[in-house]
Amino acid sequence: MNQPQTTQPLLDIRGLHKHYGALEVLKGVDLSLQRGNVVTLIGSSGSGKTTLLRCVNLLEEFQGGQITLEGESIGYSESSGKRVRHPERMIARHRAMTGMAFQQFNLFPHLTALQNVTLGLLKVKKMPKDEAVALAEKWLDRVGLLERRNHFPGQLSGGQQQRVAIARAIAMNPSLMLFDEVTSALDPELVGEVLSVIKGLAEEGMTMLLVTHEMRFAYEVSDKIVFMNQGRIEEQGSAKDVFERPQSPRLAEFLKNIRF
Amino acid sequence: MNYQLNFAAVWRDFDTLLAGLGLGLTLALISIAIGCVIGLLMAFAMLSRHRALRILASVYVTVVRNTPILVLILLIYFALPSLGIRLDKIPSFIITLSLYAGAYLTEVFRAGLLNIPRGLREAGLAIGLGEWRIRAYISVPVMLRNVLPALSNNFISLFKDTSLAAAIAVPELTYYARKINVESYRVIETWLVTTALYVAACYLIAMLLRYLEQRLAIRR
Repeated sequence: MNQPQTTQPLLDIRGLHKHYGALEVLKGVDLSLQRGNVVTLIGSSGSGKTTLLRCVNLLEEFQGGQITLEGESIGYSESSGKRVRHPERMIARHRAMTGMAFQQFNLFPHLTALQNVTLGLLKVKKMPKDEAVALAEKWLDRVGLLERRNHFPGQLSGGQQQRVAIARAIAMNPSLMLFDEVTSALDPELVGEVLSVIKGLAEEGMTMLLVTHEMRFAYEVSDKIVFMNQGRIEEQGSAKDVFERPQSPRLAEFLKNIRF
Repeated sequence: MNYQLNFAAVWRDFDTLLAGLGLGLTLALISIAIGCVIGLLMAFAMLSRHRALRILASVYVTVVRNTPILVLILLIYFALPSLGIRLDKIPSFIITLSLYAGAYLTEVFRAGLLNIPRGLREAGLAIGLGEWRIRAYISVPVMLRNVLPALSNNFISLFKDTSLAAAIAVPELTYYARKINVESYRVIETWLVTTALYVAACYLIAMLLRYLEQRLAIRR
């Protein structure tokens, strides 16, 4: 975190195409993020925001285009004119370069908060146990849940589960964090605690790609807002430009229909 | 009716009945352990992308589940030697009971694995775990906790099935009961005590397993 900006983008997406059978959900998306950037994807349901996010760590396969993270091609490479999927081991390594927080938290229900965070550190990073526990405790403390480290997910509120999930992802020291509608499944009174954790990370310089319906939050934390519509980027710019001076009629219409 | 109950002959050989009960429990424990391994492998085979593995697992489950266990016991004990595979009666019975347990557990585990939320696998992938590690550290532990009640039922039913080992002279509880019955002619007493021993053992096992289920259950 807080690394100097370089000219090469941390994440570079070029001409991304994705379809489910005949249904084309991403129709040639180009997007790049510099280190330390916070970019938020907005748009109505079905516009392709979540799919785009999930393509970055290959939870969704994509059929065309290229994603580069820290200069490494994600998912596929070209070999004598043919598109070849990377071996699973390489894909797992690339996935570990990004962290992801999900809408439904997806904590491992049989493990305590602490064990949820240490699992990746022990099994992927091969960290010694005491080191992994210390790091996990540091991040649980950071999200305000150190005293709940021995609680199981079922014993935590939705907001607390989401904070553990963020700690689990961040502890892996990813270069890029992906947040997929992380507050959508929360009761309104629990949204604030999760957003303040993300805001804190943004202020520390964590590179983030977010999908959210919390427009005020997006306005406050984002360096860039990307408006997606029907599988394409319709408009992008600073939060001020996008929210206050929308250029495309679709964005203007979208903003008119949402609550700030 | 002027039958006089007399338990003396049964009490005299009570320690052999207890030894038989112990052997029955041991056979059930070993068989469920092996059955769990077979069940897990076959459940993964059933959910595999490879058609040959799916067919192999389906054939195994279909054949075993549609064959009476007594027939399986006799088939493995008496038919295998003709093929040059000579097994002692206890190993032969353990193999049979394990295969039998495996077939039922395949279905239990398959259903359990299908019920694991997709998000857990995705969370595992997102932190860089590969498919096998996700199975080992996430899917299987969560599934096992979810299917514990079914596993307990299977164990109790397997323990009761050990009584069929008497058919090939494995010295478990039913075998000794039959022996005491034949030697003493105390039919009612012998089988009453034997029944009581099975009921008490099954009841205690059920209590123990319920306690384990509560301890290991995923807290919600």
